[in-house]
Amino acid sequence: MENRILLVAELGSEGHLKSSIRSLLTAARSLEGEIDVLVWGGDTTFAVAEARRLPGIRRVLNGVGPTLADGLAEMLCALVQPLARQYTHILTAATVIGKNWMPRLAALEDVAMVSDIVGVESSDTFVRPIYAGSVWATVCCPEPLKLVTVRSTAFPGVEGEGADPVAVENLPCPEALPQSTRIAVHTHVQEGRPSLENARVVVSGGRGLGSAEHYEALLGPLADELNAALGASRAAVDLGYAPNDVQVGQTGKVVAPDLYIAIGISGAIQHLAGMQTSRVIVAINKDPDAPIFTVADYGLVGDLNVLVPELTAALQK
Amino acid sequence: MKILVPVKRVLDYNIKARAKADGSGVALAGLKMSLNPFDEIALEAAIRLKEAGQATEVVALSCGDAAVQEGLRTALALGADRALWVSSSEELQPLAVAKLLRAVVLREAPTLVICGKQAIDDDANQTGQMLAALLNWGQATNAAEIQLGEGRVDVVRETDGGTETLRLLLPAVITTDLRLNEPRYATLPNIMKARKKPIETLTPEELGVTVTPRLKTLRVQEPPQRPAGIKVDSVAALLARLKNEAKVI
Repeated sequence: MENRILLVAELGSEGHLKSSIRSLLTAARSLEGEIDVLVWGGDTTFAVAEARRLPGIRRVLNGVGPTLADGLAEMLCALVQPLARQYTHILTAATVIGKNWMPRLAALEDVAMVSDIVGVESSDTFVRPIYAGSVWATVCCPEPLKLVTVRSTAFPGVEGEGADPVAVENLPCPEALPQSTRIAVHTHVQEGRPSLENARVVVSGGRGLGSAEHYEALLGPLADELNAALGASRAAVDLGYAPNDVQVGQTGKVVAPDLYIAIGISGAIQHLAGMQTSRVIVAINKDPDAPIFTVADYGLVGDLNVLVPELTAALQK
Repeated sequence: MKILVPVKRVLDYNIKARAKADGSGVALAGLKMSLNPFDEIALEAAIRLKEAGQATEVVALSCGDAAVQEGLRTALALGADRALWVSSSEELQPLAVAKLLRAVVLREAPTLVICGKQAIDDDANQTGQMLAALLNWGQATNAAEIQLGEGRVDVVRETDGGTETLRLLLPAVITTDLRLNEPRYATLPNIMKARKKPIETLTPEELGVTVTPRLKTLRVQEPPQRPAGIKVDSVAALLARLKNEAKVI
């Protein structure tokens, strides 16, 4: 039986399709089957146009309306559940949004769910990290409907565009918000730097920075020079040096940029879980025995207060 | 107002997990086990609500074999009023645990369930959301702040782009993120007292829940390792390597 696969996309802040959809496509291609892409939001105009040109898909489903603007789990379940059994697989990115609604749908459909996969072995067998990525488990999911969240960084995005835009089907938007839940306030942290998920270079700081002022004063200019996103270890976030949404690690974001520069980060297992698949890792730390050096391609031992400005200045030349 | 806090006993977060040589699972024998750190945060949140006079009772619950009672003793020592043990020797997967929790919720009628957002062993991040679905309750995952009001709770959630505040009507399910609070340590007198407190035992059969695993773990193995890197002795040497060898800048 051929697989029928639904990929549930996410929109970025400007209403464009997030690039994670291309990683979902890579994962879906190894499942083999017909692929539909579901786009949802308060205004999906740009994202639908972009989705229609994704290569190798059958059609785009468009869920648009005011009740979908905030991405509440209840609303996403109301949108997706009526279609769910038309598919053998539903995949979405393992983001805060994806992790929020998909388990809810799984329970409503009474199916077990597979979280945060990094590999596809066959149409029912997936590889996923457990224990902060210290070990990988190969898991068979015999459910007739497989609900899967995908670690985008583990699947290089499909390139290119389809020859002709595919058809769009509009879905009925859930009419009312749930009784139980309302969004009160949305705070989006705006920064003039690339986002952590998409940046080619990430400059990340840890406890060794010593203060929020140092974090920005030392890492900011370096990040600007490299057009990099800023990241942080859990310790740095807990200490208030950096905001929560830049935490890299087991329970924060998982990144895999071309270049990851870890500054004043000792390299706890929980942090390594979030960055060790980066292509090139640089570590700057005063402790030559810090575990971060076990994953770093290039290590520099010394005082970050001296070395980081020196690195920034050298790049400016 | 009663708060239910499910807790899981997991490999201590300071210990690096290793696959068993035959790939059948993770080697746990003889290693230190602790409460899942996110569950400690959930418990702390519940205890603080009780200390603030906003909750009347904190009930801790754990599912699994006899060893999970140890985690319940810790929960009692930290300040839980009662402990419930759902005894099962099966491998309990998130959907099964959510069904057990639902059955307990129907018996205990808590107003709030506070869970850890994920257990640091299977890293699934599913159970709280599944429980909310099965109860048709609202859910707020990744909580960084909890404000209880009359018949409602406001929860600041950590999201991918910052934070958002959800207002949930009670009853509701909340899952905790790291920065909600810093859990206390149990004092020795409380640890001693907790040893004598009763733990109520339930079974999946009594609760009418089938817990047979749905997912099958075929093997567990070490992930691909990065080849060892080198140390460079200066910023200039680092930049030369990044330009000429790694070709990344």
